[in-house]
Amino acid sequence: MDQDLLFALARIAWLIGAVAFVLGLIRMNSPATARNGNLVSAGGMAIAIVATAIYLLLRPAPAEGSSGITGWIIIVVGIAVGGGLGLYTARTVKMTAMPQLVSLFNAVGGGAAALIAIDDYLGIAGTPGLVANVAIVLDIIIGSITFTGSLIASGKLMGLKITPSRPVRVPGGQITTAALALVMVAAAIFLWIGNYSVPAMFLILAAALIFGVTMTLPIGGADMPVVISLLNSFTGTAVAMAGFVLDNPVLIIAGALVGASGAILTKLMADAMNRSVMNIMVGGFGGGEGTVAAAGPEGGSVRSIGMDDAAIQLAYASSVIIVPGYGLAVAQAQHAVRELAELLEERGVTVNYAIHPVAGRMPGHMNVLLAEANVPYPQLREMEDINPEFDRADVALVVGANDVTNPAARRAGTPVSGMPILDVDHAKSIIVIKRSMGRGYAGIDNELYVNPKTGMLFADAKQGLADLVAAVKAL
Amino acid sequence: MNAAELGSFLTQFTVFILAILCGFATISKVPATLHTPLMSGANSIHGIVLVGSMFIAVTATDLLSQVVSLIAVAFATMNVVGGYVVTDRMLQMFKRKPVAAATAEPRAEG
Repeated sequence: MDQDLLFALARIAWLIGAVAFVLGLIRMNSPATARNGNLVSAGGMAIAIVATAIYLLLRPAPAEGSSGITGWIIIVVGIAVGGGLGLYTARTVKMTAMPQLVSLFNAVGGGAAALIAIDDYLGIAGTPGLVANVAIVLDIIIGSITFTGSLIASGKLMGLKITPSRPVRVPGGQITTAALALVMVAAAIFLWIGNYSVPAMFLILAAALIFGVTMTLPIGGADMPVVISLLNSFTGTAVAMAGFVLDNPVLIIAGALVGASGAILTKLMADAMNRSVMNIMVGGFGGGEGTVAAAGPEGGSVRSIGMDDAAIQLAYASSVIIVPGYGLAVAQAQHAVRELAELLEERGVTVNYAIHPVAGRMPGHMNVLLAEANVPYPQLREMEDINPEFDRADVALVVGANDVTNPAARRAGTPVSGMPILDVDHAKSIIVIKRSMGRGYAGIDNELYVNPKTGMLFADAKQGLADLVAAVKAL
Repeated sequence: MNAAELGSFLTQFTVFILAILCGFATISKVPATLHTPLMSGANSIHGIVLVGSMFIAVTATDLLSQVVSLIAVAFATMNVVGGYVVTDRMLQMFKRKPVAAATAEPRAEG
């Protein structure tokens, strides 16, 4: 077939793919159409990939450098290995471990984008045109940062020993990070003014890979959602840069689409935590040092409550609102909480769940966890929706949530000031299941705990809920 | 940069900018509940980098280039396949269960 015609057909298939990505994202706006939207997007992806394969098979071999069968072996083996790993991990991962897997998939996507630029640069052996030159360098920098950064983020969420979820001090701290950035900028300018230098390219690669590590290590585990979202946006940008390098429109469109969506999502998440993205990336509060004492009403003692008391309060309430948080996700207590809720409902108690926008490890993560545990979707209520109902609730049961319930956020001058919170303190009585009086991510005391209406139930979220179930059954 | 290069760059750049605006417009309407599946869905879309990886694989002649493109293809495929499958698993959780459960329940006597 005529090569021009063949290429035109490939481009039409890529256009169909790009349209499917946009339509798929639009359909993911609503829970009712979201799954279909993901399938539309996947269908577009399949069309784009198959069309590429057909085009590469049928096109006349380029005059210089065709590897023929070897290239196809590479593609088939690569797809088999990558596809197998992706399919296996995606199907077997526990829903609680899902954020780190998304981060891992993000890492390999960024890695692939960086490798394309490296390969292209080594292949041309001469100063590329200005556009390609800029795109290659940006692709290597962004792709490499997102590769190591996402791996570290994933490791932090898994709680690996080398990447603990607490903020880790990097030798030299921000000076190291700044020096690495300076090296990248200097080497990039050196290449952009017209020099072809493979060592300089590898210097950029090395600096960017280390930069990804030093950027992510000092950030605490609770901020990982924002970091992963930001790195997702980075990968999109890197892929768009790879599109400029290869002059491929579908890479540019899909990459830019993800770059923009990731940026919006990152801002939404940061806003919900009342933090700026900049603040998170340079490691604002929460480093365990320089903890700010809340200038709130001091004194007020903590009241501890027994398992049986808590069970009686819950069982004889007419309305209970459960406030699940990060601690519930960590303890994987979503099934236990559903069991307790069902037991209460059998006794005629109205049960709702109050979901803070950043509950869990990512926005919407708590919804997924609770849905996995078969909690009926209508019981999951968003913050604006449920807040007025705390006034009428007999008991608010807080499981592993901390800063998002702190009334100090309503006052100025505390690290959590201005953060939207759940009005848990408006309930008639409050039960908090918590392991200790430890502080939340903001590093301040939660005034909710010294509220006279609050009873503290010191226990691990999962064990505590299981004991509560047993206690309610025994009534 | 000559005129032809500039023209081709501006075409690419136009597409790039419009796609960014498209991404902004699409995402800002999504409710918080769907943010995690959405992030995962967007994450799958940048797996399109597989198309680029296939291009470099078929033209790889030296060993280094072949190794680089093999890793790129494997990485990109993992991004695509894993991304869509895990997103689908998340979204499966959102299907309305109470209705189905109620109709499936055997009717009680009397």
